[in-house]
Amino acid sequence: MNFRATPSQTVGPFFSIGCDRLNVIDLAGHGVSGQRIEVTGRVIDGDGNGVPDAMLEIWQANSAGKYAHPEDRQDKATETGFQGFGRIPTDANGAFWFATIKPGTVPGPDGRQQAPHIVVSVFMRGLLRRLVTRIYFPDEAENDQDFVLNLVEPARRGTLIAREVSGEDNKLEWNVILQGENETVFFDIGL
Amino acid sequence: MNLKGFRRPFPGTQPNYLHPPYVSSVKRAPTKPLVAIPHTLSEITGPMFGVERVDVKAFDLTKQHSGEPLGERILVSGRVLDEDGRTVPHTLVEIWQCNAAGRYQHKVDVHDAPLDPNFTGCGHTLTDSEGRYRFVTIRPGAYPWKNHYNAWRPAHIHFSVFGPAFATRLVTQMYFPGDALIPFDPIFNCTADETARQRLISEFDWKSTIPEQALGFQFDLVLAGREATPWEPPRPGGK
Repeated sequence: MNFRATPSQTVGPFFSIGCDRLNVIDLAGHGVSGQRIEVTGRVIDGDGNGVPDAMLEIWQANSAGKYAHPEDRQDKATETGFQGFGRIPTDANGAFWFATIKPGTVPGPDGRQQAPHIVVSVFMRGLLRRLVTRIYFPDEAENDQDFVLNLVEPARRGTLIAREVSGEDNKLEWNVILQGENETVFFDIGL
Repeated sequence: MNLKGFRRPFPGTQPNYLHPPYVSSVKRAPTKPLVAIPHTLSEITGPMFGVERVDVKAFDLTKQHSGEPLGERILVSGRVLDEDGRTVPHTLVEIWQCNAAGRYQHKVDVHDAPLDPNFTGCGHTLTDSEGRYRFVTIRPGAYPWKNHYNAWRPAHIHFSVFGPAFATRLVTQMYFPGDALIPFDPIFNCTADETARQRLISEFDWKSTIPEQALGFQFDLVLAGREATPWEPPRPGGK
């Protein structure tokens, strides 16, 4: 058989009636190991306005660098109580907040470890298909060697790296800028 | 660590981000080229949702309130497959839609059409071991929107599917056969390839039609297929 994938369509303005049920904005419940972090930010459109009807979905490994998924065959343990999935809506100002633990490193395609990162899908009215991006962490030695970061031109890498908020290393800011000079780097991973 | 990724879409079979006839895309589509990356462990894994995350009654959108919703009762069923025709078992499928009058149960929807106290318009289910799903619902109405003068959305149901990996995530919309509004809809028409667009239209189906109860519509969802060989980094100066 030779099918081709169903075309993507926008989530539209009313997705919250179907999607809110699965919202997870705090991924790290009591007892989950690792460094707890909070990430805040905004989704900003081409006019500089916050997007009040966006939804982020995030996916990450646990603090040991293990994904809760059967294709992660590393000899590391998953953790009960940590799935690694979040679904985070924006508020009326386009702002979002989520809490999680900082992920460990996972293997990269070049045989080296990837720097700690969270993969992100962005959905909203106006997007006919999702946008895919990543959140990296500030002051990580591994960022310089990260395979994916090195595919991005140096001047734009900063859009993928969260910033510390007021010197607290567990509070980070990371924004999704849809257009313009500081446009976030989005990845082509197929769909 | 060389992993088998998922296939990239055939040219023209997925929408571009910028599609000016769909006005909302103009200020929200990225303006810089996307950066192509290989699928790493982060993309070939993804969230899996077990039965504990699912309400077994949520497949029936007509039984969420004390009374029956108004409208034409329908049964929407199909399979989640990949591009090799392999079924995708035990994956989460979510849907949302407006009511029979064309009104969403949502504060932003101010269309002057009645809400239905017996219809919320959301459902979810897991595919079975052979990738099948089914929803009982009512046929959604068409509704006006502000995209252009006298703009009307054809009747549609929003679908969200996860599949086996972060790379296979798909959100789409299902349409109904013979809907006169489809040729005029900029969202339906955002995909260049005609054959690909037609896959968004469900088929009326006698086999799943329940006598005296509900018309059956079939809608299969096809997710990205698996690459046959692992990705390899280009070798400097190599063959």
